[in-house]
Amino acid sequence: MEVMIILVPLALALGLAGLVGFLWSLKSGQYEDLEGAAWRAIADDDEQAPPAQPEAAPSRS
Amino acid sequence: MHVTRDFSHYVKDLGAGLKHIDLAVEGVSCAGCMAKIERGLSALPDVTLARVNLTDRRVALEWKQGTLDPAKFIDRLAELGYKAYPFEKASAEATEAEESRFLLRCLGVAAFATMNVMMLSIPVWSGNVSDMLPEQRDFFHWLSAVIALPAAAYAGQPFFRSAWRALKSGNVNMDVPICIGVILALGMSVVETFHHAEHAYFDAAIMLLTFLLVGRYLDQNMRRRTRAVAGNLAALKAETATKFIGPDEISEVPVAAVRAGDLVLLRPGERCAVDGVVVEGRSEIDQSLITGETLYVPAEQGTAVYAGSLNISGTLRVRVSAAAEGTLLAEITRLLDNALQARSRYMRLADRASRLYAPVVHATAALTVLGWVLMGASWHDAIVTGIAVLIITCPCALGLAIPTVQTVASGAMFKSGVLLNAGDAIERLAEADHVIFDKTGTLTLPELEVVNAADIPADVFALAGQLALSSHHPVAAAVAQAANARSPLMGAVEEPGQGVRAVVDGVEIRLGRPTFCGAEALVAQTGSVDPEASVVAFSRGDSKYLFSVRQGLRPDAAKIVAGLQRRGIKVEILSGDREAAVAAAAKALGIGEWRAGVTPADKIARIEELKRAGVKVMMVGDGMNDAPSLAAAHVSMSPISAAHLSQATADLVFLGRPLAPVLAAIDYARKALHLMRQNLWLAVGYNALAVPLAISGVVTPLIAAAAMSGSSIIVMLNALRARKVAGEAASWK
Repeated sequence: MEVMIILVPLALALGLAGLVGFLWSLKSGQYEDLEGAAWRAIADDDEQAPPAQPEAAPSRS
Repeated sequence: MHVTRDFSHYVKDLGAGLKHIDLAVEGVSCAGCMAKIERGLSALPDVTLARVNLTDRRVALEWKQGTLDPAKFIDRLAELGYKAYPFEKASAEATEAEESRFLLRCLGVAAFATMNVMMLSIPVWSGNVSDMLPEQRDFFHWLSAVIALPAAAYAGQPFFRSAWRALKSGNVNMDVPICIGVILALGMSVVETFHHAEHAYFDAAIMLLTFLLVGRYLDQNMRRRTRAVAGNLAALKAETATKFIGPDEISEVPVAAVRAGDLVLLRPGERCAVDGVVVEGRSEIDQSLITGETLYVPAEQGTAVYAGSLNISGTLRVRVSAAAEGTLLAEITRLLDNALQARSRYMRLADRASRLYAPVVHATAALTVLGWVLMGASWHDAIVTGIAVLIITCPCALGLAIPTVQTVASGAMFKSGVLLNAGDAIERLAEADHVIFDKTGTLTLPELEVVNAADIPADVFALAGQLALSSHHPVAAAVAQAANARSPLMGAVEEPGQGVRAVVDGVEIRLGRPTFCGAEALVAQTGSVDPEASVVAFSRGDSKYLFSVRQGLRPDAAKIVAGLQRRGIKVEILSGDREAAVAAAAKALGIGEWRAGVTPADKIARIEELKRAGVKVMMVGDGMNDAPSLAAAHVSMSPISAAHLSQATADLVFLGRPLAPVLAAIDYARKALHLMRQNLWLAVGYNALAVPLAISGVVTPLIAAAAMSGSSIIVMLNALRARKVAGEAASWK
């Protein structure tokens, strides 16, 4: 049962990492346009591509 | 005179030499458009960011400060085939976006905590029936407490705040039992953990919050999305004015930048965006959007013009009057406020359900505690059972029942061309049993159409159409549209207030007033066959023709009216237009009950009369004169071509030329209301099964968790059925 001393904190740390990731993505505006994001993933961007990094532009106002 | 466009009102300075503007774009519906627009705009020099938001149908643009004019973006988008217009986020929209982000953050925290607490709870549940050491169980309980307590404190904020507000004002809403349940469950769990008990309720409490937040978020998101689209539509109607910035210099500015006392130019074919008085010029104006009257009224120096009226024939200079008391707008706004106040007393289905729910739950829990104590149980055991009752009757099915149905139904309505403006519109729409239509612009199309196209030789029609392209007159636009004309004639000259002329193959052709074309004899001969139609004459040398132009009924109006009547809904017309015009429309549509020449106050009086008789009235109208009655009716709907004020007042807005969305909306709403009620009954049924178990004290946290999530999932799945309605409510596309 000593293994729990390692496993339980590890599981919690992983969960916490997921939460931090979620909050970060929310803050950076990645949930602003879910419909567009779905299409962007499969869009052809051979030509001069639109900036791939989502911007939090509207929230900066 | 060269017109400059001044959109500086909308440009935001981001600092560091960067500027930002938001554009609402029409017709962006696919990934292809998204890439095309982003590429097209990024190609402009100095543009640092061009990003399309496909959900809101908007483009965010940033560029380096310098010579680049925002008007250039709009031209570029027009070249790419999209109509665009800058817009400003309404403050309500910004608050809702912020609120929605906060709910999502709470949901993230609650979901994280639920998952981790569950991970700890499952070993405890299985350990209780096998070989778990009490120390290990306590350790797991303590860990659960460490996760659940701060998470609940954070994620529960939306409920705590709302419950506190309600309590402070002496009311009880659904959030009050939620908060009591969560706080008691957490508090009791801590006490139990101290006493090395077998059960703790951390998992139930935090899961309750998660499910409720899902419902809350869906509800919020539905409203946010429709508000965003409504905001776009308002922007795309491009309410600009051409303002004199010097004696001979004009600039196109957004209406928000026009002040009282400014001088604006109103050209033929333009819609007036402000209230004012004509100071120079002579013309006719179409006030159908304001009064419902379809005949044109003459305008000259001293005539008052109102926002929404259409200038027909001559150029006018208008002095903007203050929107002071006594203007038409002020009068309508006053009626509007009264009407809206009357309606705010309507209580939503969810509120009505929770008003019943809260006392029942509290009484049941209190009686359980009391009952167990009387039967000789210890206070501790009695309270634990009481908490189990509070948790198992958790209103999460109730909290999900209505928002999920609303979200699904509003998505389905969106696809059939209906936008929701109000959260409770679906419930009110489903109850409507009497529809009142305005005629002009609602039953009829807002644009004019040529009625006697079949009587005119095709070559003449085509030539007239080409000539018509050179005029701004809306009647000419109807001729050009009907002839499907593309290429204007070279050398066409417009004579203001008269018509257009050009020379083709050595023969002069003219289109305009009968007197201008020398066709008075023809008019006298044919007489006025159709009292509503406007007549425009065409002459080529000696041969004369008459085009009869009028507002046509919406293509499927008769079918939709029949459909409404088949559903047992009474249909009525209330119009500000003349008797002959209204009678003709009523006859064509098979509507027995109609009134003509009614004023906004008359319309309200009629609605009040029906309301007193217990009738739930749905008002469908587009004019400014309809705005107060739209607000007074039980539920209201406007076409997208409606006056700004009406559209903002209406509960629903429909797109496109057919009237079908009106019927579709009613069908979807009825189905949705049926499902909401069904969901509430499902929640009640679940409680009827679970509560006796909880009262009898046999409920373990495992049963509570399973029952709670089971009921929530059933309710959500049932809500998905709102996507489909049977029969004729087809898509408007």
